[in-house]
Amino acid sequence: MLNNFVMPDLYPAAPEIFLLLMSFLVLFVDLFFGATHRWMAAMLTGVSLLGAALITLVTSDAQPVLTFSGMFIDDMLADFLKLMTYFAVLMMLVYSRQYLADRGLDKGEFYLLVIYATMGMMIMISAANFITMYLGLELMSLSLYGLVAIDRDSTRSTEAAMKYFVLGALASGLLLYGMSMVYGATGSLELGGIAQALYQGQTEKTVLVFGLVFIVAGVAFKLGLVPFHMWIPDVYHGAPTAITMFIGSAPKLAAFAMALRLLVYGLLGLAADWQKMLLVLAVLSIGLGNLAAIAQTNLKRMLAYSAISHMGYMVLGLMSGMVAGKIDPFTATNAYSSALYYTVAYVLMSLGAFGAILLLSRAGYEAENLEDFKGLNKRSPWFAAMMLIMMFSMAGIPFFIGFFAKFAVLLAAIKAGYVAVAVIAVMFSLIGAFYYLRVVKLMYFDAPVDSAPITAGLDVRVLFSLNGIAVAGLGLFPNEVMMLCTTALLRSV
Amino acid sequence: MNQQLLSLAIWVPILGALPVFWAGSDRRCLVRWLALAVAVAGFLVTIPLYTGFDPKIAGMQFVEQAPWIPRFNVQYFLGVDGISMPFILLNAFITVMVVLAGWEVIEEKQAQYMGAFLVMSGLMNGIFSALDGVLFYVFFEASLIPMYIIIGVWGGPNRVYAAIKFFLYTLLGSLLMLVALLWLFLESRGSFNILDWQQLQIGMKPQILIFIAFLVSFAVKVPMWPVHTWLPDAHVEAPTGGSVVLAAIALKLGAYGFVRFSLPIVPDAAHYMANFMITLSLIAVVYIGFVALVQTDMKKLIAYSSISHMGFVTLGFFIFNQLGIEGALVQMISHGFVSGAMFLCVGVMYDRVHSRQIADYGGVVHTMPKFAALFVFFAMANSGLPATSGFVGEFMVILGAIKANFWLGFLAATTLILGAAYTLWMIKRVVYGPVGNHHVAEMQDISGREFLFLALLALCVLGMGLYPFPFTEVMHASVDNLLKHVAVSKL
Repeated sequence: MLNNFVMPDLYPAAPEIFLLLMSFLVLFVDLFFGATHRWMAAMLTGVSLLGAALITLVTSDAQPVLTFSGMFIDDMLADFLKLMTYFAVLMMLVYSRQYLADRGLDKGEFYLLVIYATMGMMIMISAANFITMYLGLELMSLSLYGLVAIDRDSTRSTEAAMKYFVLGALASGLLLYGMSMVYGATGSLELGGIAQALYQGQTEKTVLVFGLVFIVAGVAFKLGLVPFHMWIPDVYHGAPTAITMFIGSAPKLAAFAMALRLLVYGLLGLAADWQKMLLVLAVLSIGLGNLAAIAQTNLKRMLAYSAISHMGYMVLGLMSGMVAGKIDPFTATNAYSSALYYTVAYVLMSLGAFGAILLLSRAGYEAENLEDFKGLNKRSPWFAAMMLIMMFSMAGIPFFIGFFAKFAVLLAAIKAGYVAVAVIAVMFSLIGAFYYLRVVKLMYFDAPVDSAPITAGLDVRVLFSLNGIAVAGLGLFPNEVMMLCTTALLRSV
Repeated sequence: MNQQLLSLAIWVPILGALPVFWAGSDRRCLVRWLALAVAVAGFLVTIPLYTGFDPKIAGMQFVEQAPWIPRFNVQYFLGVDGISMPFILLNAFITVMVVLAGWEVIEEKQAQYMGAFLVMSGLMNGIFSALDGVLFYVFFEASLIPMYIIIGVWGGPNRVYAAIKFFLYTLLGSLLMLVALLWLFLESRGSFNILDWQQLQIGMKPQILIFIAFLVSFAVKVPMWPVHTWLPDAHVEAPTGGSVVLAAIALKLGAYGFVRFSLPIVPDAAHYMANFMITLSLIAVVYIGFVALVQTDMKKLIAYSSISHMGFVTLGFFIFNQLGIEGALVQMISHGFVSGAMFLCVGVMYDRVHSRQIADYGGVVHTMPKFAALFVFFAMANSGLPATSGFVGEFMVILGAIKANFWLGFLAATTLILGAAYTLWMIKRVVYGPVGNHHVAEMQDISGREFLFLALLALCVLGMGLYPFPFTEVMHASVDNLLKHVAVSKL
């Protein structure tokens, strides 16, 4: 057996390998210096992510490269999404540094789990095989379960972690079951092989579609689409805000990659079937997400429902690749790149919105209720303006990035002939505008309840400002990021 | 230089607002003068638009074209014709008035107040000069943000309700327009150019759907009956400056949308729906006129009067003749001056007595003779007295309507009676009679600053009423061109 072993090409997986090695280093450093020099682990995590970003850039190749016997793919899409992931995780680390320190949560475990979760996302992004995908997903999910419960004395956090774990395990089970069905029908675990088998058409359709349903359910769970959204509000609410910010940002990129890899790269032959399923999921998510968000008084819960609706909008792009039963590469790329653009834009906005909570929180006090934002304009006009940008961007009002994200997905949906769906989507975004407006109303129209000065450190202040400026600036000049998304997809299919 | 005039008109106020914001609300003197300087500069850069305008050319002038989002072929495409150019001047002029009006009255967060108006002024200029669908939409919707803040922060007791209602109502309309714009983009094979869309052949059914999508958007903005209910709320609650900008400029955006989008892009649907539109317009003119009659709140009364006057504008557009459309455009500009001035007058009184109720006044002429003279003059203009600007537009539209159908003209002409009735009755109760109460007795006549802006507006109203030629001259070729274009079926 050993004679057949060929050393795989490790080059395409260099960022993952680097991060793995660095995680050992973080582990050791934390073991010996964790008690005295807590900053070292944080610093090292940051350095690891920057290093991984550098390696990703250096090893980037215009052509897709497969390695590990076709289980792992390194293409432009993977590089782009990985860079975005590092970026989001780094931002989360800076945003949450003080928050975690104030609560004694900046332990070595935190950084280690963040690194492993990031690695899991990277593997999901680069997965070219059902097994790799599942491994990446589990690595990410298990690390996230741990992170949610990192404040182990908090009953709310542990309850959230428990819910997340139970439902997440169920979803993994569904996914795995679906994968086994598809494997049974096509005889392949590789996404390329499955696509090939579907293309040749000698497959058992019933079994395939049966499996597809479970795969879509698993993907929908990770994206948080209705009716697989139950975990989102509780987990967002229950987890410490820094962790909520983490869950609300980078994993969306990974979940998008998972959806794209499984459905588009693997099961494009069944697009007629899964597009219809996604359509239902999208409309339900947009509807329920926006309606339920209105009733929330807790900002984290509101943002959770808003996340559900945003993922619904994103799916509008994902489900619009195939027009009238035919897949035209140009249209399909447009549609998928609009979904990718939406995800990237959403991650940026989500980081900013949770960043505002972290900014206003201080030792022993969580500024997570809507009330806490009352009169922010009196306390700090600059931060109020930044939060205003975030809220209007999420509501899809120009000139902010959120508008162009909605613009792109709506265009894709109309192109695919879903004019009615587009009308429903914009009508719900009208309802959605209400709760974003309410936050602006609290900040600007009401008198402050909490008059304590904002104690957040310079790093959080600067990052939050930059985040706001980025949301506005990328709305004034949206072309570059749109082009990046399109290029990444074009070079990958 | 001539090439960037429109960009200057848009970005001078917006970028000029940044130092105003930065100056902060503690340095009030600096803030005011800075804001005034920016507003005046913003007005000065628009003057060459008029002086350099060639009235013989029907097409777009001062065109600027550059790629903005090449990914979707969205362009930074600006240009004005005789229809849109006057509104840019009007807008820049009104902004100066608004800054002057907020000079001492706004005590809280003055920097943000002034800055918000400057930003909005730039955005409105963007709406009037955008020739790219997405650019238009972006300006159209972004202008909601400063107005929302203005109503909500500096408004009256019920401001939160009014601000949210204003925002959601307008957003409802514009979102449907977005869908229509995207549809047109796909139908025109990847162009957001409004001028391209005007040449696009479209079938009847999509034309009607697009017309309806545009209608919802613009009708809310105009506002037309029955989607007008946000306006009285917004006007009553908004601070004086907010009401002025709403009435003078924001309402014109909807009407402008009809001439820029609905008529030329979907002419067949516009003809098909003309009767419907005329009916709605007449209901606005007559029914809302009666509603105005019974108002006890002055701002509400002027708000309803605005709706009624805007009914005239939409009526003028949909009778499809030169007099009608030109009259409607003149009416829009005139209404900009007159309603702005009326709201400023109410603001002047409100600053002294802190009430907008007609019943709380009486005999203002005894304590504020200078003010009363101006107020009565504007009221006359509002009721369409000859020799004021209010008369010119109404008269042209009525003539146009009679050309189309006598009874149409007859019904439209009732506004001359109704308008006079509600305006003059209000004047009688507020300005004349014995001094109503001790508040009125203590009122001080207007200061030099207040006299300045009211007198400037009065000059405009009078000038336009006596000699409207400079206004109609620039419109003529463009309106002619529009009518020719609309007459050709696209089916």
